[in-house]
Amino acid sequence: MDWGALHAILGGVNKHSTSIGKIWLTVLFIFRIMILVVAAERVWGDEQQDFVCNTLQPGCKNVCYDHFFPISHIRLWALQLIFVSTPALLVAMHVAYTRHEKKRRLRNGEKINIEEMKNERIHIQGPLWWTYTSSIFFRIIFEAVFMYTFYYMYDGYQMPRLVKCNAWPCPNTVDCFVSRPTEKTMFTIFMLAVSGICILLNLAELCYLVIKVCMRERRKST
Amino acid sequence: MSWGFLRDLLSGVNKYSTGIGRIWIAIVFIFRLLVYVVAAENVWKYEHDEFECNTKQPGCENVCFDHFFPVSQIRLWALQLITVSTPSLLVVFHVAYRENREKRHKQKLYRSTGKIDGGLLCTYLISLILKTGFEIVFLVLFYKLYNGFEVPRLVQCDMRPCPNAVDCYISKPTEKMIFLYFLVATSGVCIVLNVSELSYLIFKYSIKCYMKTSSKKQHSSKSDCH
Repeated sequence: MDWGALHAILGGVNKHSTSIGKIWLTVLFIFRIMILVVAAERVWGDEQQDFVCNTLQPGCKNVCYDHFFPISHIRLWALQLIFVSTPALLVAMHVAYTRHEKKRRLRNGEKINIEEMKNERIHIQGPLWWTYTSSIFFRIIFEAVFMYTFYYMYDGYQMPRLVKCNAWPCPNTVDCFVSRPTEKTMFTIFMLAVSGICILLNLAELCYLVIKVCMRERRKST
Repeated sequence: MSWGFLRDLLSGVNKYSTGIGRIWIAIVFIFRLLVYVVAAENVWKYEHDEFECNTKQPGCENVCFDHFFPVSQIRLWALQLITVSTPSLLVVFHVAYRENREKRHKQKLYRSTGKIDGGLLCTYLISLILKTGFEIVFLVLFYKLYNGFEVPRLVQCDMRPCPNAVDCYISKPTEKMIFLYFLVATSGVCIVLNVSELSYLIFKYSIKCYMKTSSKKQHSSKSDCH
């Protein structure tokens, strides 16, 4: 059970997405999840071992690390990716429910071509349009919330080389040095940029869906 | 043998679940199992190495760590996930039993082997009750073992061979606390889902039973009239 399982679950949703949705999913898996797993995790792998404070006082390093990093960047990104991926499941559930209803009608005697039903691409209209649009809306909200959380927790997106700590039991203000600050800053900015791109893709998809529905309504009325 | 095995087992249960049951499975997979594997496990990875006591006395750290963490929170979390997922297998076994019976007797004994009625309904309800029970038991166990869901930065330890009461510092207490609260929240959501599914099934089948008995009474009273 790992990111591959999430990929399998979301892969099914891909069939019913718009083209922008498919691009979003690709960006998510290649530029975020894959980068997280193959690169970012190694950079943050030794974060507490190599967090060094200028004191021999036992416990000072633990307490200072906990004070400056209440939750690690890596874990926050993992949670962000999980939360941002899950609204797509609303769409998968809706599609499954629609198929279930069609099967029920088939059982009750209505003539429906089974093969056609299995392979058919369900169009995004009616109630599915609302589900799809809500899922995009939630995605945007979750992205924004996590980006703000990052900004608020770490006072910006830059990783400092040195932090000054005077939490007990440190004897007085001690200098603590963060490991690989430049590499961490680069990855943070990269992940921020890709989150921004994902938000733009989601906004574009939202606009596209709204315009599509407006055009359809106009065609119906004329 | 890893979490993928559990995932495959549970995917089999999906076919015979109600809508709420499927939501429960999705929540267990994504918000509990996936979060455990990709995030939580790493937070507790070096918990023993990073547990530091303010003493040079050999053995003191080991003894204090063992005293404050008889079972690591992450292992308890894993046990909870496994225990809570397994009652669903009762349903899979019952369906397999029904299918075997049909094969043995070479005739259709049930309207549909996967439909939740009769004996399978009882099994399903029992599995829901067991799931809810296990969730509550583990939450209570967490609460009792660790005096709540908070992880302190500092614990004072005076076990032998520590010379006197020494200060011991736990690593990443805030991050661990955040993940424990996340665990409690998802357990709570799962308990609510299980209870709603239980109520929904009991309500649905009571109404069905009532309709059946009232339509039987109507038929028998009509035949009396004629």
